[in-house]
Amino acid sequence: MVNVSDSKNYKVIGTNPIRHDGYDKVTGRAVYGADIKLPGLIWASIVRSPHAHAVIKSVDTSAAEKVDGVFAVMTGKDLPHLADSWIDHGEGTENVAWSSENIMATKKVLYKGHAVAAVAAKDRYVADYAASKIKVEYDVLESVTNVEDATKDGAPILLEDLVGDHIGKKVEKTNIASVTRHEFGDPDKAFQDAEHVVERTFTLQMVHQGYIEPHNATATWDEEGRVKVWTSTQGAFPVRTSTAAILDMDVSKVKVTPLEIGGGFGGKIPIYLEPVCATLSKKSGRPVKAVMERSNVFQASGPAPGGTITVKMGTDKNGKLIAADTSIKLEAGGFPGAAVGAAVQCIFAPYEIANTRIDGYDIVVNKPKSAAYRAPGSPQAAFATETVVNELADLHGMDPVDFRLLNASKEGTRRADGVVFPVIGNEEVLDAAKASDHWKSELGTPMKGRIRGRGVASGYWFNVGLKSTVNLTVNTDGTVALVEGSTDIGGTRTSISMQAAEILGIPATDFRPTVGDTETAGYADVTGGSRTTYATGFAAVKAAENLIEVLKERCSVIWSLDKKDIDFDNGTFFATKDPELKFSFKELAANLDSTGGPAASSGSVDLESAGGAFGTHIVDLDVDPDTGKTDIVRYTAVQDVGTVIYPAYCRGNIQGGVVQGIGWGLNEEYFMKDDGSQANTSYLDYRMPTALDMPNIDVIMVEKPNPGHPFGVRGVGEVPICPPIAAIGDALHDALGKRFYDAPMKPGRILNVLGKISD
Amino acid sequence: MATDKIHVKTTINGRPEEFLTDPYVSLLDALREIVGLTGSKEGCLDGNCGACTVNVNGRIVDSCLVLAAEVDGQKVETVEGMASAEGLHPLQQAFLEEAALQCGICTPGFLVASKGLLDNEPDPSEERIRHWLAGNLCRCTGYENIVKAVKKAARNS
Amino acid sequence: MQPFAYSAPTTIKEAVEILDKHGEKARPMAGGTDLLVQIRGGRFDLDTVVDIKKIPELNEISNGNDELVLGAAVPCHKLYDDPAISKSYPGLIDAASLIGSIQIQSRSGFGGNLCNSTPSADGIAPLIVHSAVANIQGTSGSRSVPVEDFCTGPGSNVLGKGEILVSITMPNKGDKFGAAYERFIPRNEMDIAVAAVGASILLDSNGKIEEAKIALASVGPTPIFATKASEFLKGKEPNEAAFKEAAAIAKGECSPIEDMRGTADQRKHLVEVLTERMLNKSLERIGG
Repeated sequence: MVNVSDSKNYKVIGTNPIRHDGYDKVTGRAVYGADIKLPGLIWASIVRSPHAHAVIKSVDTSAAEKVDGVFAVMTGKDLPHLADSWIDHGEGTENVAWSSENIMATKKVLYKGHAVAAVAAKDRYVADYAASKIKVEYDVLESVTNVEDATKDGAPILLEDLVGDHIGKKVEKTNIASVTRHEFGDPDKAFQDAEHVVERTFTLQMVHQGYIEPHNATATWDEEGRVKVWTSTQGAFPVRTSTAAILDMDVSKVKVTPLEIGGGFGGKIPIYLEPVCATLSKKSGRPVKAVMERSNVFQASGPAPGGTITVKMGTDKNGKLIAADTSIKLEAGGFPGAAVGAAVQCIFAPYEIANTRIDGYDIVVNKPKSAAYRAPGSPQAAFATETVVNELADLHGMDPVDFRLLNASKEGTRRADGVVFPVIGNEEVLDAAKASDHWKSELGTPMKGRIRGRGVASGYWFNVGLKSTVNLTVNTDGTVALVEGSTDIGGTRTSISMQAAEILGIPATDFRPTVGDTETAGYADVTGGSRTTYATGFAAVKAAENLIEVLKERCSVIWSLDKKDIDFDNGTFFATKDPELKFSFKELAANLDSTGGPAASSGSVDLESAGGAFGTHIVDLDVDPDTGKTDIVRYTAVQDVGTVIYPAYCRGNIQGGVVQGIGWGLNEEYFMKDDGSQANTSYLDYRMPTALDMPNIDVIMVEKPNPGHPFGVRGVGEVPICPPIAAIGDALHDALGKRFYDAPMKPGRILNVLGKISD
Repeated sequence: MATDKIHVKTTINGRPEEFLTDPYVSLLDALREIVGLTGSKEGCLDGNCGACTVNVNGRIVDSCLVLAAEVDGQKVETVEGMASAEGLHPLQQAFLEEAALQCGICTPGFLVASKGLLDNEPDPSEERIRHWLAGNLCRCTGYENIVKAVKKAARNS
Repeated sequence: MQPFAYSAPTTIKEAVEILDKHGEKARPMAGGTDLLVQIRGGRFDLDTVVDIKKIPELNEISNGNDELVLGAAVPCHKLYDDPAISKSYPGLIDAASLIGSIQIQSRSGFGGNLCNSTPSADGIAPLIVHSAVANIQGTSGSRSVPVEDFCTGPGSNVLGKGEILVSITMPNKGDKFGAAYERFIPRNEMDIAVAAVGASILLDSNGKIEEAKIALASVGPTPIFATKASEFLKGKEPNEAAFKEAAAIAKGECSPIEDMRGTADQRKHLVEVLTERMLNKSLERIGG
């Protein structure tokens, strides 16, 4: 393997070429999922439960079938609904029976918006109209929409057949799907010996990834029983696996073509529409498209869990953390699978602590089935831990960054769930935060009538590796076609090409990258887990190295030399014994036809991890003590990014994650009504930051190369959302003298904490 | 669904365009489904995200909240009309150079909205740009690069 | 969503006829930014929408020495793009600049905002403090209603079958008049008011308050003309003590509910805070 991790004289890496899909995206030519047109296309509309928890008594589609322009109707009974089985779709396993019920219910509805039937008609308006004619009868049940209510005695049980696994003990008739425990040392004894102990309970609310593009799918089911799907997704191969499983078919019968995707953040990994469109296509003989309404994106896709987290931490007299104990209770939604496993991995990760106990609870509630949202479980965990850490630093009279440095996890530290850290950049990030202009600067004068405060917090995400494949073909003009299967959510087509370009010594603009479908691209796991530039980039490096070997063969033909006498360096092929014999990449490409035809190569990887990453963020904000209005006035995100491949996008990715975290900390939440439904199913009242709400976000990218990647790439995308919530809480404390233990820290809550209004 | 269709004669991106539409169809749907211009995007259908922004008679509007029937006799401009045979509009070029897009779904809306600003105010402040664009949501970029791109385009226009 | 037809009459008479004919099954449409969302959400089931933007009287803006006439279809941007209106009717401009986004302000206007009649409407409180009057025409002729009497409940108003809002007029109160409107929202744009206050002050030649008006939004079933607080200020010196007391009185004149946007307590608190701020701002704008 070419060892380039020590080289800093990169020609392509670290530059900002115009992204390959950029021209199509700024002109409106790029085809996103909802844009696709097929001959004879008809539209689907889905009927959804108005109740948060109910038994389905009957579904009567007869009136809908009579509407002029309707082609087909379906109910949950039209899906095979297999018994319990588990599939591995790359970023975890999936219970097919639950997924199938989630896609269209047959027995019970478990959240408002749960799909129960669907119609396909000649256009969207007719489909919606016909859907309104479908009559569903329900036996309405009591609902529970938070972890406390779901675990009280006498709480209504969502899944009758669920057998909970509570630290090995099997429990029936429960809403707690699982409890896990990780324990090291003796935390109870260590707490007794501690100088300071802080124990706090935190609550967070359900939030949504908020991608601007709603879920969509288009499907055909043809005469030989093959299903074709076009969709906006974070992974065509996982969609194929899931769709085939739900429809009880071989994966070979399903082809998925990923179109451009308008944001995912984890929420576009599960499927909701594909099997519905495929089934309606089978019944109608037409291609069927579905686009989710925004209100249903909120109510019926995969938001991130809220929950209750208790964190207790203890220090010795020097400020060293000696014990930590936590119980993390997260909402799974209607079916098990809250991101509590990941929260367990992250919650104490930035700190070296000898005695720890972590209990993680996965709890079903009458809300949509939660899905991944950018470092799932970690922002929630960080809110809790980082707030307690800041309180302890205060008690010791220590600078909060120094406190973190004193306790920082490093290479060789055992994470509280047992994993030992490889090379990580935690300390380097803390050092850079401490040395930053922001941390060293004066607070400045607040806006009129406001009080200014500064806060700091850290965060961690483990990042994943998984499988990717890249295929390269050289064109006779020296350009290279690159086919990969990682759907491109933010410039990865280019960051992947750049890595191959660096190896081959040609410009990134000489690449023609394509995100292929499940029949043209080699297998790739999801675009998620902060893995794409890392793993698919690694596959590109391997493919490029393999290509060099193939091209050396061609040189040996042209020069009549043994392959071992041919070498490649700096974009040039040459004969080791006769330096006059050389070809640039372009020159060699022109000779391919006469030496055996097209030259192609492949590279595949199956990687353990993308190298965990740490971030430390500093925020200044101005808060109005009379109204609770909070404005972020300055923000600096420091993060270990391994090696920066595509700086503008690396930086941009971090900024985007920060802004999501700020929204989570200040205003975003699901308001649940007494009847179990969500009140704010519109962007009007689900308040995401606008351009007028945000300052510029400064980013300091620390490069601690990941030895597990030829260029040292570390996963980047998820860490930035972890620190902001706690950082905001810390800044509010600095301004107002009060700590916050409940998110979001919206104006009403701030006034309440200040004692200016009652709860 | 029995209503008579309406005959709309309009100008889109400088060219005459004529179509029949059901009266209850939005301008956004007419552009995407009837005229075939899918550059304007659907994000929320209730005027809160700006992904559907188009320009009608010199003013930016959310096309999801305009009926197709209303643009009879009016001038409509979409993202598809920004570039010319000579090349990209300075805003489009600046968005690419400043990495002002990641997933790109909000980009057409931001481009049309920004053009609506620069057409009338050639040198807006950063504060003004942020205020003007508050009706366009982006979930990927955090907005800074978008603002930088608009500033750059203003300098280059 | 039920299919609906579209008509675009060019005279008031035509519009009134259609509305009278269809009753509940027809609604006028100006900017459409509320109506289309409501139709799609199932709140209205209409046979037809009546686009009023082609009727000349409903598009009128005339800013005379004595009064401002605002046609019912005039969009917000036409106000803040006009320097003379901005100077004389600053409370209106505050509202026109913050309803929705730039895109929304290209289409929505005070007429539609008034007829939509929600308690949280941003356009109504400023109209009240500018002493505005709603001019209505119907099958039985025309009538005028002070804006503070226009709304009768959440989403309902005094318009009867076949009646249409034609214009809103308000007097020019001269150089010793200042007005302001502010709403409290968690973000900086795009939100519905948690609570909002509009205020206006007219000083007499001695610098005392000749007339003050305070109006509240989002804190009752309709926008509220805080008559007690307004009356209290009459004849007083425009100073901090008077403003503070007026704010406390205004707080007592509202009856907010709790919903996802805020609690009752929070809203009452905000009314007091914002009333004082708006009185100060109105005063600052006098002679400016």
